[in-house]
Amino acid sequence: MKTKLFSYSQLDTFIHRLSGLTKLICFLFLTTSVMLTFDIRIILGIMVLSLILFKVAKIEFKKVRLMFIYVFIFLVTNFFLTYLFSPMYGVEIYGTCHEVFRFNSHYIVTLEQLFYQITKFSKYLSVIPLGLIFFFTTNPSEFASSLNSVGINYRACSAVSLTLRYFPDVQRDYHTISLAQQARGIEMSKKEKVIKRLKNMTNILIPLIFSTLDRVELITNAMDLRGYGKNKKRTWYSYKKLDRNDYLSLFVCLMVLVFTLFMRFAVTKNLFFNPFI
Amino acid sequence: MEKEAIIKFEDFTFQYFAQSEPTLYNINLNIYPGEKVLIVGPSGCGKSTLGHCLNGLIPFAYKGKISGSLKVNGIETKDANIFKLSKNIGTVLQDADGQFVGLNVGEDIAFSLENDMVNQEVMKDKVQEIAKIVDMDNFLDRSCQELSGGQKQRVSLAGVMVDDVDILLFDEPLANLDPATGKTAIELIDDIHKKTNKTIIIIEHRIEDVLHHDVDRIIVMDDGHILMDASSSEVLASDILIKHGIREPLYVTACKYADIKITADMHPENIERFDLKGNEEKLRNWYRNAAIREDDKKEDVILKINHLNFSYDGVKKVLNDINFEVYEHEMMAIVGKNGAGKSTLSKIIVGFENPDSGEMMLKNHEISTMSIKERGEVIGYVLQNPNQMICKTMIYDEVALGLRNQGLDETEIRKRVEKTLKICGLAPFIDWPISALSYGQKKRVTIASILALEPKIIILDEPTAGQDYHHYSEIMEFLKSLNDEGQTIILITHDMHLMLEYTKRAVVLSNGLKVADTLASEVLINDEWIKEANLNKTSLYTLAKKAGIDDALGFIKTFIAEEKELRIHEN
Repeated sequence: MKTKLFSYSQLDTFIHRLSGLTKLICFLFLTTSVMLTFDIRIILGIMVLSLILFKVAKIEFKKVRLMFIYVFIFLVTNFFLTYLFSPMYGVEIYGTCHEVFRFNSHYIVTLEQLFYQITKFSKYLSVIPLGLIFFFTTNPSEFASSLNSVGINYRACSAVSLTLRYFPDVQRDYHTISLAQQARGIEMSKKEKVIKRLKNMTNILIPLIFSTLDRVELITNAMDLRGYGKNKKRTWYSYKKLDRNDYLSLFVCLMVLVFTLFMRFAVTKNLFFNPFI
Repeated sequence: MEKEAIIKFEDFTFQYFAQSEPTLYNINLNIYPGEKVLIVGPSGCGKSTLGHCLNGLIPFAYKGKISGSLKVNGIETKDANIFKLSKNIGTVLQDADGQFVGLNVGEDIAFSLENDMVNQEVMKDKVQEIAKIVDMDNFLDRSCQELSGGQKQRVSLAGVMVDDVDILLFDEPLANLDPATGKTAIELIDDIHKKTNKTIIIIEHRIEDVLHHDVDRIIVMDDGHILMDASSSEVLASDILIKHGIREPLYVTACKYADIKITADMHPENIERFDLKGNEEKLRNWYRNAAIREDDKKEDVILKINHLNFSYDGVKKVLNDINFEVYEHEMMAIVGKNGAGKSTLSKIIVGFENPDSGEMMLKNHEISTMSIKERGEVIGYVLQNPNQMICKTMIYDEVALGLRNQGLDETEIRKRVEKTLKICGLAPFIDWPISALSYGQKKRVTIASILALEPKIIILDEPTAGQDYHHYSEIMEFLKSLNDEGQTIILITHDMHLMLEYTKRAVVLSNGLKVADTLASEVLINDEWIKEANLNKTSLYTLAKKAGIDDALGFIKTFIAEEKELRIHEN
């Protein structure tokens, strides 16, 4: 059995104890910071921070290894494609040209280009652990309750929480159905052509949809029978008030964002941090 | 009774909008406060619909036409709403897994309180209080999915009890439970009944299991009508159950085979109290005279499992050095409680999982190196839920799917599909859409779709889960006929009746270890194996003791032989 992606695991760490809302906002603060800057000093800082948080959250690397591998492959491909399509973009940005060596007259490797691409690479890499931390440490119900507390309709909140809740179940169903269909000779591996594989995919999706609909009917009845939707509001058993640590975390992340903006508009006065001048 | 009825059906008729005929006809029924009532009937008799009418799913979630009156606690249901009804009647649904709304135990119990906008502190106290009643107060932070079957049931019960309802409705509470867990569930319901004196309604077709504790009345339904409404002893003394395809307790059936007239004063409702009243000799005679046809010819080994080990995480062994053999043309069972490793074992055999070590020989060929697809051609696997397998709209296409993937030409496919459908009794439906079929027929289609590949062995995971006696017999007789044709079949099950009646041999797994590999009837009288596999001792054993028959195993074998004999005559 593959380890479940995106399944909340109940642990007692600093990160787990934070409210889901705090984690969402902090996530947004930090990713916005990363998006708004090309300053590698800030990006590396956030990357180190996110790796520390990853450690603090006690997420086992085993659980996310597969995903990291995929992301890494994607990033490396992205790295080379970027170079292939615009090998001189770094020179354009930084305005200088430190040549390292050249393949031919068009493809020249410059320090500027390398610096630009490493910065871009780090940007992606620093955000991913943050996303994973959010998924693995957020209790769906508590998250729903905190979304509700900031004024989002509770039906929408429950929908989010139920989706997060049932994701692992549907994933397990998919796995079982897929295996059972493969046993009937449906080829899903790379041996088969893409078009045929897509067609075969429907043989898995149809049973998956029907068994998921069964699930939905059952849960809807169970909720109806226990009074869901009776009132305009509801209370939450797992609601947690924001505490000192929440405010502290929010403050720290906000400061990171402010600092980033400060650096961009007051210090470097440019999207790009330029070490070449 | 001078007390006012808490549930009152008066000339109540209900028809789903999608259907051309009513599902319930002219129901007249009174249930009084504090009563414990069992409603039985075959699938499709209307008992679930009756339950839905009580809790308000009808007419508020499932629409239809109502005539007559149904009052719950004095409230006319069709004029109320589902929320108002849920304050009076709490429903525990069949599938404990599917009905968890909360992530952990505490939250799930609190769900109804949340919807009532109860303040969080009050809510936590109330949850604690209710959890204590069902003995789950030390598990409030545990994830619902990690609980055992029995604990799940406790949580669902607590979830409806927080509402302080007067009536508790259990919709097939035993359907997905192994026998021992089912027994504790019945004990729990009885305990709640005694402690709180709430009105209890149980809808179930496993009568023998429910009667582990007394009920005040049994209501027998079929075709939308109430056929009988009497004490359990009177219902069992009559022959109404068998006539309508509902299974009687085994000991009652055995007595009937021995030509003993069951009367209400013999207390047939409880095996412990059951008094043979001088009929012991009759039972002994029947046992002595019955001829057991033992066909003990040993077949060749078709599948041999050697030293199989498996673990999901590399730490906890799910299967620990498993060895067993499957013989050609046999129908055998793998039994064990939930989590014993029986599903994992079957998944390894069909290649869904790879073992850590060990070998699997299919007729001297090692199969562990074969791909899922290759293995699918020699060992077929039928999932429990047919909806998880069916992917085509037409029956023909569904059965042809695997053959088409083998690249056979269409005339050959047609021939094989026709042949398979004929064996499965589905030949007239060859050009039908699957949606027109009943659950049992769908199950057959999934079996047919595997059978068409002509595998050497078929493995079925809980083939009869949640089925009433009629459908159970239909599916099992079908499998038996396949077996008679020479098909080797492995059944993964915790249904004792199934194991006893249809399989000769059973492998018992417990915590990843094989604890027994023996005759199915022997498993059910061995205390140690019963405990390991979460089964119950068969009531036939107790009956044999009551009649002074020492050879309980022989007695059970006699019973099974008689059942088979009768079935042959019926066909």
